[in-house]
Amino acid sequence: MKNYRSMVLISNDPQSMVQGAQEIFDCFQAEVKKFKLEDEISIAMASDIGRTDISPVVVVYPEAVVYGPVMKEDVPHLVEEHLYKGRIAVELQAPKKALSGPIAWLTAREGSLPAEHRIVLERAGLIDPESIDDYIIHDGYQALGKVLSEMKPEDVIAILKESGLRGRGGAGFPTGLKWGFVAGTKGEKKYVVCNADESEPGTFKDRLILEGDPHSIIEAMIIAGYTVGADEGYIYVRGEYELAQSRLITAIQQAKEYGMLGSNIFGSGHSFELHVHAGAGAYICGEETALLESIEGKRGEPRPRPPYPTTNGLWQKPTLINNVETLANIPAILRHGADWFRSFGTPSSPGTKVYTILGNVNQTGLIEVSMGITLREVISIYGKGMKNGATFKLAQTGGSSGSIIPASLQDTPMDYDSFSKAGVSLGSGALLICDEDTCVVDLAKVLLQFFRFESCGKCNPCRIGNIRALQTLNRISEGLGSMQDIETLQSISKNLYEMSNCGLGQTAGAPLRDILTHFRAEVDAHIKLKVCPAGVCSMSGQSNLYL
Amino acid sequence: MISQTGIAANVSETIQSALDYYGYKEEELIPILTRVNRDLGFLPQEALAEISSALKMPKSKVKSVASFYHMLSTKPLGRHVIKFCENAPCHVAGGREVWLALQEATNLQSGETSPDGKWSLITTSCLGLCAVGPVMLIDGDVYGNLTVEKIPEILGRYE
Repeated sequence: MKNYRSMVLISNDPQSMVQGAQEIFDCFQAEVKKFKLEDEISIAMASDIGRTDISPVVVVYPEAVVYGPVMKEDVPHLVEEHLYKGRIAVELQAPKKALSGPIAWLTAREGSLPAEHRIVLERAGLIDPESIDDYIIHDGYQALGKVLSEMKPEDVIAILKESGLRGRGGAGFPTGLKWGFVAGTKGEKKYVVCNADESEPGTFKDRLILEGDPHSIIEAMIIAGYTVGADEGYIYVRGEYELAQSRLITAIQQAKEYGMLGSNIFGSGHSFELHVHAGAGAYICGEETALLESIEGKRGEPRPRPPYPTTNGLWQKPTLINNVETLANIPAILRHGADWFRSFGTPSSPGTKVYTILGNVNQTGLIEVSMGITLREVISIYGKGMKNGATFKLAQTGGSSGSIIPASLQDTPMDYDSFSKAGVSLGSGALLICDEDTCVVDLAKVLLQFFRFESCGKCNPCRIGNIRALQTLNRISEGLGSMQDIETLQSISKNLYEMSNCGLGQTAGAPLRDILTHFRAEVDAHIKLKVCPAGVCSMSGQSNLYL
Repeated sequence: MISQTGIAANVSETIQSALDYYGYKEEELIPILTRVNRDLGFLPQEALAEISSALKMPKSKVKSVASFYHMLSTKPLGRHVIKFCENAPCHVAGGREVWLALQEATNLQSGETSPDGKWSLITTSCLGLCAVGPVMLIDGDVYGNLTVEKIPEILGRYE
């Protein structure tokens, strides 16, 4: 490949695109050409570097200088000063205090912010996601080479088991164990599936991995195929993620050209084909059996389990299904070993976790930190405190199917075991931080509204239970509730959990259970005093039958 | 989006190109429907009938898939489709007020299309842009950090 002296990355998150990132990109190309530097400088668009208040962001390597916000008019000056004359254009640099999230990682070395530990997002935002060469230079496909030349499938499974990696989709199932199940199932034909149907409200970690480092998923899936004995794989990407889809298709094409995909990879005798399958807008397809139905071209309705996909998956063949974030950990673990991985996180939950920080904090965004960080740390260090100095009331984790976590649990380490002991769930890693102006009845209404909308309607407890719960909550929020309604909510929550067919229905009742456990007094005030303590609910006394 | 009179004229052509691209396979039904939906703006009944005979699948099955996924529409939509995220992260960030303002500005409830065919207003699940919430999509354009004040100006950009 060509050797470049500098690389220019321009943020292309939606926010930056609205502010003219494409024009800036075009302008950079034109200016660089003007100085005849096109053979020395590469220019690329990259996600995961944009920040809302300094976007569009331009990062120039190798100096790692961050400019932002950059206007089209600034480009000629930037090219002449920095790229032609080699002088940093100080006046256009982003203010250091505005740097956080992905970009702070660059400045963390100077001790300005607590450093994150990046494993799955190691390369996102630092490499050109549309260049396989860039991935290879940054240790890409090393793990695949090592596995195919030195390791037997059982060695890979042993390392994964030893590493303690647990599924990052929400359930936290030990990954090595799952790979072992599929490897141990007899079958001529097996499949590997990547669940990239990321639709949990508040979660966009998988999107950033897919858009910023698509080859890491491809590498992990080829390794998975070799380990479990599968020669075909599917990446199921949600329909709304168009950029992720096109990046994956480009990456697969490049991997084919380089001989990483196809038959007899590196002369090892192992063959692997990979397809991208786009969803069409259905939250339920994140449930693994619904996802399989959808790949087969059907309605995304979950299958009864057992049998599990490890034995009866795609087209009834044994199938390994992993989340994007889980897969992105695998090449790094195989490169550095299980002990290295265990040096991050807590003994029961090794490694890192990507969190999205949202809601009433000063700084929203995305971080990757060791497992076991507490909510208090997340809010004060990465969220830069509550907005307007407000008091932290609750956090909602893991999108809608997570838990509502009261302030009393803000010092509980966020790992799978500590959270399950406290009776709450880590979910997919979204942290929606809410202050005192949030009403729990109103919040539960929004969450139940979501489940009502996304329920596939196949089984009764979920289809009917969500509507009944929402009607009851509506009554309470209009000041028409009775104490009988509390019992109704409790029984709906219990029935949803015990009788629904799949995870969607089983967790739909969690917000009801959580508000009645942790915020009972506030719900009671709506019913007994006809008052919404947070002043959110209308309490109009009129029934609102918008269902 | 193509006007409704234009649809009948090129409906076969659109379906043919989708079938040629993805192949006559049952498992490609969702990609085929997505593409036809994108090109025609929605999935008319005659398109579903044609796809079902081409794939040798029962019409009921094609329709059941077409009506299941939120990105597919079996009803014609307005010239501009507003998709507003109504999930918790956007709601907490001020989405509740913006949603009310949006309903008032367009004089529509969720799921409705205006009589003059200009707007369709629908809610969508999380778009994964929560860091800049509240968020809405108009056609393909993303609008983040919405406030009640921004709504009239943004809607004014569309003819």
